[in-house]
Amino acid sequence: MNSTWIILGATSAMARAFARAVSANGAAVLLAGRDKDDLAALAADCRLRGARLAEAVEFDARKPKGFAALIARMEAEEGELNAAVFVGSMPEQAAIDADPSLIDGVVTDSHTGPARFLQMLAPVMEARGGGTVVGVASVAGDRGRIGNYVYGSAKAGFATYLSGLRNRLTRAGGHVVTVKPGFVDTAMTWGLPGMFLVAAPDAVASDILNAVRKKRNTIYTPFFWRYIMLIIRHIPEPIFKKMKI
Amino acid sequence: MLWKTADYAGWGRALTATGELARPERRSALDALLQDGLVPAIGMRRSYGDAALNDGGRVIDMTRLDRMLGFDPATGILDVEAGARVGEIAAAFAPKGWLPAVMPGTGFATVGGCIGQDVHGKNHHHAGSFCEHVVSLTLLTAKGAVEVSREKTPELFRATAGGLGQTGVIVSARLRLLPCKGDVMVVTERRVEDWDEHIALLDASEATYTVGWIDATATGAALGRGILEEGETGSGLVPKRVRYRKVPFDAPKFALAGPIVRAFNAAYYRRVPASGRTVVKPISDFFFPLDKIHDWNRLYGKRGFHQFQCVVPLSSAPALRDMLDEIASSGLASPLAVLKRMGPGRAGFLSFPMEGYTLAVDFPNRAEARELIRRLKSLCVDAGGRIYFAKDSLARGTDIPAMYPDLAAWQAEVAKADPDGALITDLVRRLSLRSVA
Repeated sequence: MNSTWIILGATSAMARAFARAVSANGAAVLLAGRDKDDLAALAADCRLRGARLAEAVEFDARKPKGFAALIARMEAEEGELNAAVFVGSMPEQAAIDADPSLIDGVVTDSHTGPARFLQMLAPVMEARGGGTVVGVASVAGDRGRIGNYVYGSAKAGFATYLSGLRNRLTRAGGHVVTVKPGFVDTAMTWGLPGMFLVAAPDAVASDILNAVRKKRNTIYTPFFWRYIMLIIRHIPEPIFKKMKI
Repeated sequence: MLWKTADYAGWGRALTATGELARPERRSALDALLQDGLVPAIGMRRSYGDAALNDGGRVIDMTRLDRMLGFDPATGILDVEAGARVGEIAAAFAPKGWLPAVMPGTGFATVGGCIGQDVHGKNHHHAGSFCEHVVSLTLLTAKGAVEVSREKTPELFRATAGGLGQTGVIVSARLRLLPCKGDVMVVTERRVEDWDEHIALLDASEATYTVGWIDATATGAALGRGILEEGETGSGLVPKRVRYRKVPFDAPKFALAGPIVRAFNAAYYRRVPASGRTVVKPISDFFFPLDKIHDWNRLYGKRGFHQFQCVVPLSSAPALRDMLDEIASSGLASPLAVLKRMGPGRAGFLSFPMEGYTLAVDFPNRAEARELIRRLKSLCVDAGGRIYFAKDSLARGTDIPAMYPDLAAWQAEVAKADPDGALITDLVRRLSLRSVA
């Protein structure tokens, strides 16, 4: 398999599981993030699991100056180019209430940063005539709720961006998969109250890989979140606005 | 959130704890957690009793620090983080012609856990124990990170191998893997009619991997009957695909009642034709037969179960037969019972193995079973044997010095590595392992 994946936010548990899964298929992986030591450990792990090449590269959603170098690094690889976006940040809503300037960071990490990167990558993918973008949005983006509407709105923006990008790349033989995970067992959800039906990162990664193979457009993972969110989206606003879920 | 409060249990689910858990996903997060002092580290909690419990205290779940960091094909040495699971290493390396030299009965056991219990596998008679293949390990002690090896720090190495996590937090280890032919097992299974034949066949077996399943409900002339499995790695053969299943709920009490177990065991025995057979199995199926059924411990219901495992010297085989006799006539045993011959290999002061025979039997957690296990324990001590810390949940502190003659040497080394007793777990507390007599 002569394909290359750049994985943005590769230190997260979901991204690690996904990187391992594509490595087992012999892909090249460029592991992008901020914690160099951790990325180096993951790169070694991916090589031993079968990656044709695994390299730690620096990516900070808030420092777009570095993006061009990453795109150039990808172009140096032959064959199909793919990207998987796992970045995002979710400060507690109370922290944002106390300091509204935090909103800029959340939106940059979860939406505009990765969108800007993908916007630079799109022409390269079009020129190669294929490739897949996996974008991790969130069920939190399906409807604004009192608990995390800033994060939710950023992810909703990102999901809409992905939908447009899909429209664009499909014409050039490419594809975009929008992933909406429910609760996943990661450092972000560890010890949070109110968690239920928490999915293992490995299960989410395997769902994503299946969606890539089958060229699905939008997946919820685990699958039942599609139905949970279907209900939540259909609660009439006059009722929803008084609820606390 | 770094720490979460939760109830958790050992694999047998008979012993539980409530306390704070943290689960770092990277090395820097682990270092930050340990800044204010050491905390016991736990893995997949596959030890049956309380080795991975710290009731009322804190533990660090190491399962997300699970990367393979490097491999040298010239020496076969793999550098791996302590939270990595043995089964994952086997799955990644068997196709390349390497296997962990020693694999316990579950692939879910972590490298750190395998070191802390100095586990053995079906090849103990040839390969020895897990830690005999540990070239070195990185240990976080009260004095910071230490590189522990047989050559540089022989005493600390012996205290850490099978040392129940009491010398520090194991972060990573260099394991010497063993070359193998490929990623399938060629397994010969044959019926064994009684105890004497079982012992004779185990003694005579020349296979790399040998294990005997015992029908622990058979009595009289059939006492000790079972199936002997002998395995070698192979390549180029295609085994049937393994289907994974899950036990979705706690089974009711009657699921493992006497008559049901007897009927199951009789059928299981006859599954192998009287003339024996040779089958090809995936590696994982031979080494980790029960991993196919996720959460199989729930078959024992809410109250959980106990496993009794002991080893006795070669000359004490008759005493082991008496123990089996007592188990069989009690009618309490479950289908899971294993007999193996062990070699002398052990790497630490508190390592379980000794040259002899080891018997492991599961019992539902009931008063009669606990009473039986206590009797078996004294028979084991009388026979010059010892019980296994990875399985035990019922022994008392006074039982231990007779079984583990190197206890004092271990205590001295542990007192240096963790003077404040920050790493004490429920098992160490229950058995007063660190209280110097």
